[in-house]
Amino acid sequence: MAFWIASSPHNHNQTQTSRLMRLVIYAALPGIAAQWYFFGWGNLIHITLAMITALVCEFTVLSLRNKPISKQLFDGSGLLTAVLLGICLPALAPWWISVIGTMFAIIIAKQLYGGLGHNPFNPAMAGYVVLLVSFPLEMTLWQPPLALVSVDLNFSNTLTTILTGFTVEGYSVEQVRTSIDGITMATPLDTLKTNINSGLTVLESINSPVFGDNFAFGWEWINGAFLLGGLFLIFKKAMPWQAPISFLISLFICSFVGYSISPDTSASTMFHWFSGATMLGAFFILTDPVSGATSNKGKIVFGLLAGLLVYLIRTIGGYPDGVAFAVLLCNMSAPLIDQYTRPRTYGHLKGER
Amino acid sequence: MVESIIERINSGRFWDFHGGIHPPEQKTLTSDKPIKQLNLPKQLIIPLQQHIGREGELLVKVGEQVLKGQALTLSTNPMVVPIHAPTSGVISAIKQSVIAHPSGLSQLCVFLDVDGQDTWRKRNVCSDIKQLSNHEIIEKIADAGISGMGGAGFPTHIKANSKPDINFLIINGVECEPYITSDDLIMTEQSDAIIEGIHILDRLLKPAFILIAIEDNKPRAIKAIQKAVDGVEKIKVCVIPTKYPAGGEKQLIQVLTGQEIPSGSLPIHSGIVMHNVATCFAINDAVRHDIPLIRRVVTVTGQALEKPQNVWALLGTPIKFLLEQCGAKPMVNEQKQPVIMGGPMMGFCVSSDLVPIIKTSNCILVPSKKEMPSAFDTQSKETECIRCGQCSDVCPSNLLPQELQWSAKAKDYEQLEKLNLSDCIDCGACAYVCPSQIPLVHYYRIAKAEIRQQQQLDLKAEKAKQRFEARKLRLEKEKRARQEKNKKAAAARKAAMNKKTPEANEAKSAVAAALARVKAKKAAGNLANAKPQVEKVADNVIDTGSDEKSQVAAAIARAKAKRQLKADSTQNSTVDNSEVNHASQSVETASHSATDDKKAKIAAAIAKAKAKKQHQHSESPGNETSPANTANITKKSQREETPTLNDKKAKIAAAVAKAKAKKAKQKQEHTHADNPVIEAKAKFTDTEVISSNDEPVMANEIKPVKTKSIAQANDKINDKVSAPRDKKAKIAAAIAKAKAKKKSKEAANSHKKSSDNPLTKQPDESI
Repeated sequence: MAFWIASSPHNHNQTQTSRLMRLVIYAALPGIAAQWYFFGWGNLIHITLAMITALVCEFTVLSLRNKPISKQLFDGSGLLTAVLLGICLPALAPWWISVIGTMFAIIIAKQLYGGLGHNPFNPAMAGYVVLLVSFPLEMTLWQPPLALVSVDLNFSNTLTTILTGFTVEGYSVEQVRTSIDGITMATPLDTLKTNINSGLTVLESINSPVFGDNFAFGWEWINGAFLLGGLFLIFKKAMPWQAPISFLISLFICSFVGYSISPDTSASTMFHWFSGATMLGAFFILTDPVSGATSNKGKIVFGLLAGLLVYLIRTIGGYPDGVAFAVLLCNMSAPLIDQYTRPRTYGHLKGER
Repeated sequence: MVESIIERINSGRFWDFHGGIHPPEQKTLTSDKPIKQLNLPKQLIIPLQQHIGREGELLVKVGEQVLKGQALTLSTNPMVVPIHAPTSGVISAIKQSVIAHPSGLSQLCVFLDVDGQDTWRKRNVCSDIKQLSNHEIIEKIADAGISGMGGAGFPTHIKANSKPDINFLIINGVECEPYITSDDLIMTEQSDAIIEGIHILDRLLKPAFILIAIEDNKPRAIKAIQKAVDGVEKIKVCVIPTKYPAGGEKQLIQVLTGQEIPSGSLPIHSGIVMHNVATCFAINDAVRHDIPLIRRVVTVTGQALEKPQNVWALLGTPIKFLLEQCGAKPMVNEQKQPVIMGGPMMGFCVSSDLVPIIKTSNCILVPSKKEMPSAFDTQSKETECIRCGQCSDVCPSNLLPQELQWSAKAKDYEQLEKLNLSDCIDCGACAYVCPSQIPLVHYYRIAKAEIRQQQQLDLKAEKAKQRFEARKLRLEKEKRARQEKNKKAAAARKAAMNKKTPEANEAKSAVAAALARVKAKKAAGNLANAKPQVEKVADNVIDTGSDEKSQVAAAIARAKAKRQLKADSTQNSTVDNSEVNHASQSVETASHSATDDKKAKIAAAIAKAKAKKQHQHSESPGNETSPANTANITKKSQREETPTLNDKKAKIAAAVAKAKAKKAKQKQEHTHADNPVIEAKAKFTDTEVISSNDEPVMANEIKPVKTKSIAQANDKINDKVSAPRDKKAKIAAAIAKAKAKKKSKEAANSHKKSSDNPLTKQPDESI
């Protein structure tokens, strides 16, 4: 009698990459929900658009590459990229922004490099940066929190704005973005940057309604929700803690130093933590294993570097937020970081590694 | 340091090793049932080699009746441990059979047909081991065929041999692999025997402390062992936290002592020896009861079995028998049922149910599809690595499995070695957690095997290179030796030449003669145009002292001069040929022939004069100074013909020469007279025939003679031989002269011929 032959180990904990990806998408749900609560349907529509585009693009490329479609199309990685990109886009950006962004992310940043596991850059961030550089106007169509918008941005209004640029009632995007007192509202980070550049102090500028009661109206809750989702992922051991924690610590230290030196022109540490894409970046972008550093020490270095870069771009760079650029720059340095942070093997001295 | 470690252990604190996993243990399937004694199987298949090392020498033959415990092989080497008959019976065959090896390898096995009597050979039970010397104990262990029963199967007697400065003897009862409970059960049921075995090892190794390590998931075993140890100060029972692979040698050492065994070295170098609990039991059996290693506890488990439990299995029992005893469900043929020997993490699938139990087999695992779906996967579920790093988090060796995997796939062996692939212990933790379900260990095994093969090839290549280099060196040495020899020989020749031996002189003279010839040639070349000078030189040479030598030289010089002259004339004629000037040509040829004739006469005269002079010389050595006018000489020689025997020949030669010259002259005249072209041609053909017939003969004759004569002349010069020899020289000179004349004549002929038929283009075949 002959038996079935297989190589050891014969047991497996039955984890799967697709399950991991799905878990990450689930963990992003609280943040998406907070986004929906404060900013309306815009991002949900963009997420949906991006997901559809991602599936179509992946299907096309996979069939061109003669890859097993059923296995790879639903491994969740493409959908996760779409979700992350959709979260990042300005809520009122036109529909083709998310389509072009996703196409670039999936086809060029991911599949042309060899698909899952081979992309050197985070596809979502690569797509986002391409959009930011190519369509600067559309990419600044940030919508103020619903509470500050005079127009009733319900689902149909948002949908028509995204598809046509006008609400059902005929308001343009610019009108939607204009506050009651006639000022076009931007994100808190953008507002702060503009104000500081025009000579205002931080204290003076945070009187703007976009800053709300605490740090950044709406954004702080969204960031809080992403933090929650991220902690859940770490608790589930779906992702290592090193990169996000070191990123947050790095950003905290940088903003603390900046604030200590010049409190008038520097935002507080908590403002940096809870505005913009900080928490999303920390727990959902930096933790992308494919484009990040792999060793634990490397992940810490990776996070520290990203925090520093985000702070520098936010304070002295040309863009209000710098998570996307910081992540891409860190992606580039990941192989180098890995090279120099290999752990010491059992039985080897430190020098010989 | 040892004390601080012991302090820590006493307080129940241990170190941790990097990584590790907690797979489902599934030990309760078998841990609460006692070890079952089985009936004897019908046939045992006993592989000759059941451990690391080599197989022993066979002691039995087919058809032989063996008793229980009888040795079947003989150890001839420390790395060989013998095997024994597990029960009494008849050897039915000794042949290749599939063994417990991942590849389904076949090896020489002894087939023992069990007779059911279970008759022991004569046993020598030792009642008091204190009377045995250490050496005797080790011999008993070696003879009992004990090899490590935990994993690799290293011969125990080598590890038990006493070495100085052993800090820790670690008894490994960790049994970290899921499912397996054989060590657990043997500790529970045979704790006293194990402790006895430990005491024997204590006596052999004299360690500072003995640590018995048991994972905290075996409470009954812990209790039993603690009771058996009974407060012996030296023995510490260490209850360590459960984590796979805590039972790995290096990991356990780290857990207990906090030390790392340096890569590539053995624990013994750090003062640590580790033995498995089952090995301790076997040592006690062997030393006290003279029971060789013929049975072991095997966990037969898995949810595909109805009655999973631990059994005492005789070595060589086919797993088919064990599975039957434990209620394996009858398998449908198409059903792919993995049967794993060892645990789920590091065990291997056996290819046949005839595979026998060997000394290292601790578990037979027959999982159901429900409990271990990955073992049933018919195709790899592998997807791309996403670099999540979970593998490196669980790696007990702190390696980077994800990077190893890339390099292994890329066959970048250099990078693999840089990443310390050799420190991988194949524990399978990385593959267990990999979300991409990459069979990492499989890749590493392949890479390791290929590296090993490459190393062997490299070794071979290195040897070949060394051989080649050695050969090259040898050849060069030989060449140099040869050159040296040649040089020495040359030096010896030179030295010999400079010595005053006859041979040396001869050699020297030959060289001198050659030099003289060369010089003469040169002189002749210089003097070719001025014939009188030649004569004068010749005369001068003749005049100055040593006659023979000078004569010969003169003759040679003359001959050469003549030849030169002849060449000149032919050259002239060829130049003339291009001009179509008959008249001037004829005049020229006439003058040429005239000069030729004169030359011949002069030569003859010189020869005669020489002969005369020789004569005179022999008569009156002082009378030599006669101013040499060629005409005078000729007249003199013509007039003074002395009837001396010596001169006769010379005269004859001269006469012959003269005659020849005359004849040539006549011929020339004759051809001059015949004007019609055709006639002349016809005549020429005649002369051509004659000359062409004559010439080779002449040349052939003259050449040896000439050389001979020169040699002889030289001999004469050196040896100063007396007159009779002079004759020969003279003859030679005469012949040379004659030849020269003839040549000149021929030259003239050819010259004429070509000048006569400038249009018919007569080929110069005759010349």
